[in-house]
Amino acid sequence: MSLTREQVDHIARLARLNLSDEERERYREQLSAILDHFQRLQELDTEAVPPTFRAVESQRAPRPDQVQDSLPRAELLSNAPEVEQNQFRVPPILD
Amino acid sequence: MSDLTSLNLHRAIQGLRQGEFSCRELIQAYLERIQLLDLDLNAYLFTDPEGALKQAEAADQRLAEWRKFPQTELPPLLGIPLAVKDILCVKGMPCTCGSKILEGFVPPYHATAVERLLAAGAIILGKTNTDEFAMGSSTENSAYGVTRNPWNRERVPGGSSGGSAAAVAARLAPVALGTDTGGSVRQPASFCGVSGLKPTYGRVSRYGLVAYGSSLDVVGVFGREMQEIALIYELMAGVDPRDATTVDLPVPHIDLNQNIELSNLRIGVPKEYFLPGMQPQVEQAIREAIRHLQALGAQVEEISLPHTEYALPVYYLIAPAEASANLARYDGIRYGPRLSAATMWDIFYRTRGEKFGAEVKRRIMLGTYALSAGYYDAYYGKAQKVRTLIKQDFERAFQTVDVIAAPIAPTTAFPIGEHTDDPLAMYLEDVFTLPANLAGVPGLAFPVGFDQQGLPIGMQLMGSYFQEELLFRIAHAYQLTTDWHLRTP
Repeated sequence: MSLTREQVDHIARLARLNLSDEERERYREQLSAILDHFQRLQELDTEAVPPTFRAVESQRAPRPDQVQDSLPRAELLSNAPEVEQNQFRVPPILD
Repeated sequence: MSDLTSLNLHRAIQGLRQGEFSCRELIQAYLERIQLLDLDLNAYLFTDPEGALKQAEAADQRLAEWRKFPQTELPPLLGIPLAVKDILCVKGMPCTCGSKILEGFVPPYHATAVERLLAAGAIILGKTNTDEFAMGSSTENSAYGVTRNPWNRERVPGGSSGGSAAAVAARLAPVALGTDTGGSVRQPASFCGVSGLKPTYGRVSRYGLVAYGSSLDVVGVFGREMQEIALIYELMAGVDPRDATTVDLPVPHIDLNQNIELSNLRIGVPKEYFLPGMQPQVEQAIREAIRHLQALGAQVEEISLPHTEYALPVYYLIAPAEASANLARYDGIRYGPRLSAATMWDIFYRTRGEKFGAEVKRRIMLGTYALSAGYYDAYYGKAQKVRTLIKQDFERAFQTVDVIAAPIAPTTAFPIGEHTDDPLAMYLEDVFTLPANLAGVPGLAFPVGFDQQGLPIGMQLMGSYFQEELLFRIAHAYQLTTDWHLRTP
């Protein structure tokens, strides 16, 4: 199992990560070795085995849909890197 | 007055109530010890001396009033200091998760586990170091420097909750909160010679816990003695409307002073947890601890958890896959630093590329790949099916035994830097802790010896779902008749 440069670039793009050339090569090698090691899972016949999504299911009914107060806007904006007119400021996202 | 930081939790509670010392003196003793030792250990990323002393004064006032009317109820932890892993939100204290991408972030609310302990009267001393977003087994992945093992400064404390484990070991806090996604409470407890609980999945609310692997994450606790851990666990546990994965079962009061009878107890020892490559003294100490439980009356039998060897690939596919989704929220828009760029997409790429550390990026890449079109069935889907087999191993075992006793890690604390260039070797440190997380069962770590270099060795007891109390009882019986847990570095 060996990942190609193109695969690494594709994954980094999906994950929205800028990687340096050196990082790309290092991750290509390391992820290839890790995935190699993980090939052993294919030894097991799991045709009839259902997946486990969560170890313990809480079995709780959804709570009633009631209106409640949320945190004050000023507190939520207090961690934002850029704020304008009480909102998160970002560059234009549409041309 | 002898050193107040050497008192156990119950002695400290008693001393405060009887007026042997003030809460201010108790908090001051911890703050002074932190100042003395933590420059070197780096267990804490943040401390709040003024806030803690202010709360101590309020606690002292409350205690003074209570002494006039001692028949009234006091909050169970009134005036008791606590350290919190820097991945749980404490309102008003920075929460970095050991990452540059959350530098400067101050949560506007408390995690439920924290809120419940504050309501019980606890005083938070500060936030403890962690591998970035809890991804690691050594705290070397913290963006704010490694924590040093109090038993040997050249060794790691384990991870990811290494700061909390080191803080309890060095008596920089009597008890501390951690989290355990793949062993992050039990392994550092073992490396630092303290006790630590990973509760059943769904037993303690994760509201306000920064998510890593959501099908695995649990909030746990470190201490020395079982009574300490049981008390904190009992106060944190239980259903929470703000975490839909919490299970709605009553949380009974745990009284460990009752007679402890091990003679009807069946302990299973899984043969897959004793590998040829493991450190011989670790195996010896575990076998000796099991013999000790046998001498206390327990019946011991060898069992098999046949899919144990697959836990590593299953975990390192599922946890990174979940992490790749959970960590998508760090984009430089709503919190944390932002690297400027002309377009929003470039803000994402630059901020995430520069502010995430190497291991976090590696796991995001691995998880993104495992979930990507064309690979989902072979990796993520396959891992979830094998997870079922691992869970069934435990269910089958608990039909014949009450608890499982096993090593926590193949070695004692390894030297700082030993595995940093080889991620797979680091992942292999987790082989014995991952299965309990995948199955969701509780695990309790406690010290059972030392190797020839004086480094602590821990053992874990794993129980069936919601059997925490049984684990406490057995470990308590062990601790009443041994003194490993009382040794300090």
